[in-house]
Amino acid sequence: MRHRPVADVSHLPTYDFGAASPMWWGTLAFIALEATGFALAIGTYFYLAVLARRWPIGAPAPDLLPGTAILIILVASIVPNHLVELWARRQDLAKVRLGIVVMSIVGILPLIVRIWEFPALRISWDQNAYGSIVWFLLGLHTTHLLTDVGDTFVLAVLMFTQQGKAGRRFSDVSDNAFYWDFVVVSWVVLYLVIYWAPRM
Amino acid sequence: MSGIAGKSAEPQQEALKGVRDTGLEEARLRAFLAHTWRTPKGLYGWLVTVDHKLIGRRYIVTAFLFLILAGLSAVAMRFQLAQSEAGHIGPDLYNQLFTMHGTTMMFLFAVPVMEAFAIYLVPLMIGTRNVAFPRLNAFSYWVYLFGGLMIWVAFAFETGADAGWFSYVPLAGPEYGIGKRPDFWAQMVTYTEVSALAVAVEIIATVFKQRAPGMSLDRIPLYVWSVLVTAFVILFAMPAVMVSSTMLILDRLVGTKFFDPTAGGDALLWQHLFWFFGHPEVYIIFIPATGFVSAILPTFVRRPVFGYLGIVLSLVAIGFLSFGLWVHHMFATGLPQLGESFFTASSLMIAIPSGIQIFCWIATIWGGRPIFATPMLFVLGFIFTFVIGGLTGVMVASVPLDLQVHDTYFVVAHFHYVLVGGAVFPLLGAVYYWFPKISGRMLSERLGRWNFWLVFVGFNLTFFPMHILGLQGMPRRVYTYPPASGWGEMNLFISLSSLVVVAGFALFFLNILLSLRNGRIAGDNPWRASTLEWATTSPPPSYDFSRLPVVTHREPLWAEPDLLPVVEGLRVDAREVLAGTVADAVPQLRVPSADNSIWPLLSAIAVGGAFLGSIYTPWAVVWGAIPVSIGFICWFWPKGEPEDEE
Repeated sequence: MRHRPVADVSHLPTYDFGAASPMWWGTLAFIALEATGFALAIGTYFYLAVLARRWPIGAPAPDLLPGTAILIILVASIVPNHLVELWARRQDLAKVRLGIVVMSIVGILPLIVRIWEFPALRISWDQNAYGSIVWFLLGLHTTHLLTDVGDTFVLAVLMFTQQGKAGRRFSDVSDNAFYWDFVVVSWVVLYLVIYWAPRM
Repeated sequence: MSGIAGKSAEPQQEALKGVRDTGLEEARLRAFLAHTWRTPKGLYGWLVTVDHKLIGRRYIVTAFLFLILAGLSAVAMRFQLAQSEAGHIGPDLYNQLFTMHGTTMMFLFAVPVMEAFAIYLVPLMIGTRNVAFPRLNAFSYWVYLFGGLMIWVAFAFETGADAGWFSYVPLAGPEYGIGKRPDFWAQMVTYTEVSALAVAVEIIATVFKQRAPGMSLDRIPLYVWSVLVTAFVILFAMPAVMVSSTMLILDRLVGTKFFDPTAGGDALLWQHLFWFFGHPEVYIIFIPATGFVSAILPTFVRRPVFGYLGIVLSLVAIGFLSFGLWVHHMFATGLPQLGESFFTASSLMIAIPSGIQIFCWIATIWGGRPIFATPMLFVLGFIFTFVIGGLTGVMVASVPLDLQVHDTYFVVAHFHYVLVGGAVFPLLGAVYYWFPKISGRMLSERLGRWNFWLVFVGFNLTFFPMHILGLQGMPRRVYTYPPASGWGEMNLFISLSSLVVVAGFALFFLNILLSLRNGRIAGDNPWRASTLEWATTSPPPSYDFSRLPVVTHREPLWAEPDLLPVVEGLRVDAREVLAGTVADAVPQLRVPSADNSIWPLLSAIAVGGAFLGSIYTPWAVVWGAIPVSIGFICWFWPKGEPEDEE
């Protein structure tokens, strides 16, 4: 088939931010499927709660301290996260390097506190269905947190190499910040379910 | 089409540096692109390729191999059921056979084969050069392959899953599930769902962002709409079975109590979670099949499909409604009556968008000049068979009737009419339709017609009597029945008829093997079809299109049959595709497309090892995370690609 050139695209950039970038849509799709997993696990929690005569089953409500500490850390992390996002969009390499190191540290903090959070549930996973589902919810979020912190780490190292100077890396940093927002929002919902639903 | 330049013309990377396609003479352009988009030769190339056509092709072949395995297990079951109290197959093996049949058909054949066609066709139909995340695509195939191999190797060692394709607890739970059988089932689910979700993500991003300039939402081919809707259904349905199968494996491995009623758990929780996935699963298989019909039909009636907008809205409506039906699989579990009535109503409601599609297709045929080539025969066979399956679907959606025929052969007949009639017939039609594009050769029409009539007649002779057997009370999943039941003659008839289906499929595979070698050369557009995949060579080159097309019409090749509007200005020294706006496909970016890599395979091996290990110990997840992380980091770490210079 013969061709008839009708447009020149040579002037187009090779990367951009947000919805212009295919990677942003991929990230959004992963967020959607993970959010569905969370929603179904939360649905399971309430399904079991409705069936039970007393909820929580055979245990006091979880200790609030570690979970609330994580909530505070994560909500506070929105500030540096959005600064990194802003600097990435401005393509300010020095500030992005600083910001992503800060975000790596901020990411580790909740993982450290979580060591105390599992015992603070005050029930084991194999004691009854209540124990199983709260461990499951916390386990899901921990996996989620671990993978994103891992991702942030790799990106932080990358930003200090020669490859970090490529413009597209700023777009990667921006998408990573977008995903971190989801990590924070998902914890706000899970925190309310795990810690406050048993107190209602 | 001008030929691809020979070896002597193969350019060196240095010579290519910075070259754009603007004004390049066609033969030189093709030689440059062939170099940039090449897959290395030999085994290494086979392992590292990220070409969507090579991956799509191997997905299709693998899925059909699983179809053969699942089909043979069905033949074995029919052999056993041909006579009352036959002793060929004992109850334990029979349980494994029907479980492996259903599991394989649903998880390893039907869903993957539909995704496989999407992987192959979508980039060609929307006018781009690869899917949005090519390495994720390669990864998804390997994970799928490992999951399928794992469950069949387990079966070979008498550890085949045996609790039905839905693996109900408590039968599959820690109390009654024998050895590691349910665990292999649960982990096979994890593999295949990871793979399906990966494909769904890449299809969504590809269709949203990589459509040819001008391909606004109302110009997207209906087949592409269908796989887009399917990808969304996968995105929201598959996590349910991943969550539930993980809970099942945790109950069995570390003693959680999700499904244990003595410790606050609930067996019906499994059914809710499973069917929240399981019902949309049917539509994950059926929606792309309707896309095949909407692609094939216009070509063979020589007119655009009637009611484009109505069909798109029906597809979207079916996608949504598919999430509101799951409880109709649980009518016999004693749920509250109000809930049952709601799900009866929603089950009946899905007949409306399905009906709209059927009427649009009938109107398309009515207004056109039908050509009865083999793909068209399968489409007509589909409409006939699916309508029967749809009618019995409306019947079993009503609670009183469902309670009578629940777990009988009536249900077996119903869902085979829907799944085989609704999905496999269009799929076979799709193979006949796109085989020329994929292989460059035509399938034999003569064998094709024999293939169609044997499968169509054999299918109806096999499955229609099952309605009657079910009404007579024959239950599903029994390995034998007493002579006094009076079911013997009809079962013998069914078993003999199933051989006609087998003969039909044997002809199908024979036709493919013969035509690959001796089929008539197809040319670019043998059916004179209207969509973009027919604008390139058959088979398409590694780069799909030498210049990316611009779309000015919903039926681009009918609007301008000889002259393709194209864009210029893309690099030829690096893999580059266009990304545009979601609604109007206005070009925004020249985005790099990932090159070949071994890391998707190595990552899939690491992920597969961790999943497999977790059947035996939870620590496999912890230790397995190390190689998995290494695999992913090496996969994503940039390696000085030319596009990084911009």
